[in-house]
Amino acid sequence: MYSESKIDRLSETSRKISFKLIELSHNAGTPHLASAMSTVDALVALYWNVLKICSDNIGLPDRDRFILSKGHAALGLYTALAYRGIISMETLNTFGEHGSCLPEQPAPHLVPGVEWATGSLGHGLGVGLGMALASKRAEQYFRVAVMMGDGECNEGSVWEAAMLAPKLGLSNLLVLIDYNRWQATARSQDVMQLDPLADKWKAFGWNVEEVDGHDIKAITMAAENCYSSDNRPGAIILHTIKGKGVSFMEDDNNWHYIVPSKEHVAAARKELLIQS
Amino acid sequence: MAREDEKIFLLMGDIGNRLFNDFSAQNPERFLNCGIAEANMISVACGLANGGFKPVCYTIAPFVTARCYEQIRIDVGYHGSNVIMIGTGSGLSYASLGATHHGFDDIALMRAIPGIDIFSPCDSNDVYACLGAAFESPRPAYIRIGKKGEPTMLPDIPTVKIGKMEMYRPGRDICVLSSGTTLSVCVEAAKMLEREGISASVVRCPCVKPLDTEFLRDEVMSNYQLVVSVEEHSLCGGFGSAVAEFIVDSGLGDGVRFVRVGIPDEFIHQIGSQEYVRKKCGIDAESIAAKITQCLSEEI
Repeated sequence: MYSESKIDRLSETSRKISFKLIELSHNAGTPHLASAMSTVDALVALYWNVLKICSDNIGLPDRDRFILSKGHAALGLYTALAYRGIISMETLNTFGEHGSCLPEQPAPHLVPGVEWATGSLGHGLGVGLGMALASKRAEQYFRVAVMMGDGECNEGSVWEAAMLAPKLGLSNLLVLIDYNRWQATARSQDVMQLDPLADKWKAFGWNVEEVDGHDIKAITMAAENCYSSDNRPGAIILHTIKGKGVSFMEDDNNWHYIVPSKEHVAAARKELLIQS
Repeated sequence: MAREDEKIFLLMGDIGNRLFNDFSAQNPERFLNCGIAEANMISVACGLANGGFKPVCYTIAPFVTARCYEQIRIDVGYHGSNVIMIGTGSGLSYASLGATHHGFDDIALMRAIPGIDIFSPCDSNDVYACLGAAFESPRPAYIRIGKKGEPTMLPDIPTVKIGKMEMYRPGRDICVLSSGTTLSVCVEAAKMLEREGISASVVRCPCVKPLDTEFLRDEVMSNYQLVVSVEEHSLCGGFGSAVAEFIVDSGLGDGVRFVRVGIPDEFIHQIGSQEYVRKKCGIDAESIAAKITQCLSEEI
């Protein structure tokens, strides 16, 4: 999982996914693009290198579970599922169409591979905790990973779950925080006293790692460290850039809302080295 | 029930004193004190349900409904999670603690979420039966119960069918629909009315949603000209409101007067026992009987 050639391939997958979701956002006219882009490398690390989730084990009781708690980044999840072969490209391309089974925020029971309906922030960690607990109490091991936004850490429900999980010995529970330092209307640190973020999770009793959120190898290693640790749940602070991968989108919070134009798509294709 | 079904998992919000000591000692792997964190308790229950368990969440009625409503709405309701929520001390059971502990809006809240069955048992036998019915169904359910010490109204554990109400005490002249632990005061009221020559039937309604519209249509609206609903819940949105909605939607209201007894649309500031506060709200035998007598005299 750490070989240079594998990491290179995964980086290429990451670029393809990033471009695909820019294209889909343009075609469908939907926002939240930058929020999805900052998650792509972590999604690739999780789906290709860390979690046992594939078309063969979808819906099976011992599958690993991934919850995109920051549901507004749904486009990233759907695209990763398509590249992983869990949903078809045809299905992915229906995003934004009437009658599509891919709403702008994930919904239950519509397509395989989407574990939970998120979009209302602050639910994923509690639900993921319950899933991880089910694994432990039923003595059927599977991994649970929950990806949250840093703005999402404003929600009190996050901290209720954060305070309970370390009491339950859930080393099969991993939370990843997309620490891109922006939320919808401002810098995250300007809205609430978010920092020091890693210290907060440590204080709550979590096994905390901090990594470059765009380093697939580092994310993989951190996740494996967490899952194989002692009795504590793991929290990975992903230092990310909102809009990562396209120079004119990076760290510009307007791209929380902007729908890319044809010109934007063409420029992004060039930067992400995607063939026509 | 947990002995027979190893999927049953009990979660509670740091409540119940030593009520669960036996359960937690015998089934430690199927028990969790979630702490005073009700929103998370609901989410955790849904994660457990997703993992194949049959979770039951237990705390005081307002805290297992209003307090964690968003989690119920989405994690339970939107997903159809197989979770049972039990609200203890519903209605005015905790009258002496003040309005923060009054469960006056739980039915209204839960009714507004699609797909959650709502039970309001009259005594401990009824609780057992409602719980059984809820476990047999894969749908989420909310069961509102009293505190303890409610009078026993059913000699044995009945069979509760989801969406069914049952005649408890037949009568000819008027019909009282009782939801929850108000059954005892409804029966008392019926006996008072009997002494005045008025024959009142009392119907036990353990299931508020889905509502037994068949029974209402065939046994109630066609047989009586005065129908009264009684509940220890706000008049906004509870059992009586559900019946009223049916009467309007079905067009069966012609020639039938429908009257609702419940907690008025205000916070109850009076402090006292449940009986004391019920009387302030008119949810006692004398008040119900008097109201019925008055309605009948108005009709003449």
